[in-house]
Amino acid sequence: MMGEFGSVYVTLKLAFASTFGLMVIAVPLAWWLANTRNRIKPVIEALTTLPLVLPPTVFGFYLLILFSPEFPIGSFWVRVTGETLAFSFAGILMATVLHSLPFVVQPLQNAFESVGKGALEAAATLGARPLDAFRSVAVPLARRGFLTAAVLGFAHSVGEFGVILMVGGNIPDRTRVISIDIYTSVETLDYAKAHILSAGTLVFSFIALLSLYIINRGWRGRVQGL
Amino acid sequence: MRKSAWWRRVSRAVSTLCLQLLLMIAVSSHPAAATLQSAYVAVASNFILVAEELKAEFESAHPYQLTLLTGSTGRLYAQIYHGAPFDVFLAADQLRPSLLAEQGKAVPGKRFTYAVGRMALWSDRETGEGITEILSDPAILRIAVANPELAPFGKAAVESLAAVGLLDKVRGKLVFAENVGQAFAFVSTGNADAGFVSLAQIQATPNLKGKSVHIIPSDLHQPIRQDAVLLAGAEENAAAVAFFEFLRTPAAQSVITAFGYERISHDG
Repeated sequence: MMGEFGSVYVTLKLAFASTFGLMVIAVPLAWWLANTRNRIKPVIEALTTLPLVLPPTVFGFYLLILFSPEFPIGSFWVRVTGETLAFSFAGILMATVLHSLPFVVQPLQNAFESVGKGALEAAATLGARPLDAFRSVAVPLARRGFLTAAVLGFAHSVGEFGVILMVGGNIPDRTRVISIDIYTSVETLDYAKAHILSAGTLVFSFIALLSLYIINRGWRGRVQGL
Repeated sequence: MRKSAWWRRVSRAVSTLCLQLLLMIAVSSHPAAATLQSAYVAVASNFILVAEELKAEFESAHPYQLTLLTGSTGRLYAQIYHGAPFDVFLAADQLRPSLLAEQGKAVPGKRFTYAVGRMALWSDRETGEGITEILSDPAILRIAVANPELAPFGKAAVESLAAVGLLDKVRGKLVFAENVGQAFAFVSTGNADAGFVSLAQIQATPNLKGKSVHIIPSDLHQPIRQDAVLLAGAEENAAAVAFFEFLRTPAAQSVITAFGYERISHDG
C-alpha cells in the first residue's frame, strides 16, 4: 500500500511509460507522414488526430468493449497475462497512449517537415544512408519538435481523466491516477486532499510548459546566432 | 458584385440564427418557465430505472414534467450541498438526506423511506453455487463494486464481503465503479466476472447474457434504507411536492416493489 498519495506514484509511472510508448510509435509514424506522397496519408492523418476531437467517453466506451474477454484482444490478454485488460495498468497505459497520440505526432511531423528535403539530399550526396541521415541530420534539426512532443505527451498523460474513469476501475496503487483521485476527493468532500493534488498538478504542468518554452527559446537563439 | 450579395445573404442568415439562439437562451433561463410545472429529481443510480417508470406514471396522471438526474448518492449529495438546483432527492441511504436536513438544504419534516434496497451478485458462474463459492473461485479475476465511499450499495457490498469472511481474500480483485450503474456496466460488458449490483437493475434487464443472479441475504449487510427528501426551496414547486407525495401512494409503491425493493416498514 502506497498510502494516501499512491495516485501520484501511479500517475508518474503512467506518464513515463506512456511518453516512452508514444515516442516509439510516433517517431516513425510522423517521419512517414512528413515524407510520404502516398494517397492514404490524409486518412492516417485524420485517424491520428481523431483523439483530439473525440469525447473521451467515445474512447472509453469502445475500449471497454475491446478490452472485454468476450472480444479477441481482451481474451488474448487474459490468456497471456491472466488478468483483464480493463482495470489493469496495461489497460490504462494503452488508453493513454492512444488518447495522447496527436499531441506527440503533430509536433514531430511539423518538425520533420521543416527539416526539408534539401538537408537530407545533401547528406545523401555525402554518402549517408537513410537511417544515418535521419540520425545525424533530421534528429538534431528537429530536436525542438522532439522536446515539444515529449513534454506534451507527458503532460497530456498526467492530465488523462475521462478514458481512465471509464476503464480504470479506480484501484488504489494500480489504476487510481491523480485526476481520478481529485474527482473522488471532491465528491466525498475531502477538499484538503483535492487542494493538495490539484495545486500540485497545476504547478507541475506550468513548470513543464515553462521549461519547454525557455529551452526552445534558447535553442532558437543559438540557431539564429550561427 | 455577386460575391457581396452572397456575403450579405450569409451574414443575414448568421445574424438571424444568433438572434434566435439568444432568444432561446433568454426564454429558457426565465425562472417562470423552469419552475412553474417542472421539477428536477436527483436519483441514486440503483433506483434510476424504477424512477423512469414512476416518472412515466406520474406524468400521465399530472400536468407536471420531471427531469431525472442520476449518480451515486455521495456525488448527488455533494452537488446539492453546493447548490445544485434539484427539487427532490431520492438517495440510497438515510445518512445523506438527514445531513441535508441538518444543513438546512432540505425542507424540515419532508423526509421518508421510499424503498429498502436489495442487492444481487451478478456473475458468470453457475447458478447452483453459493456466493462464498463463487467469490472464492480463483477463475474470478475481477469483482465490481460501487465506490463504498460514495454509493450505499458499494458500502453494503463491502459489508457483505466482510460478513462472509472474504473481504481480505478478494480485496485485490475489487474494482471500484463510480456508482452501481457503472458496476453493472463492468459486468455487463464482460470486463468483470462478478459484480454487486442492485436487484432492480437485474429485474429491469431482459437479457442477462447467461450470467447468474444471486440475491444477497439482507442480513449480511446493514439494511439499505433509501430516503427521499424534498429539497429546500422546492416546497413552492407544485410539481416537486406532488411527486414527493406520489412516492407514498400504493400505485408508486407497487411499482417499487415490482422491481425487487422491500416494502417500507416504517417512516423515517
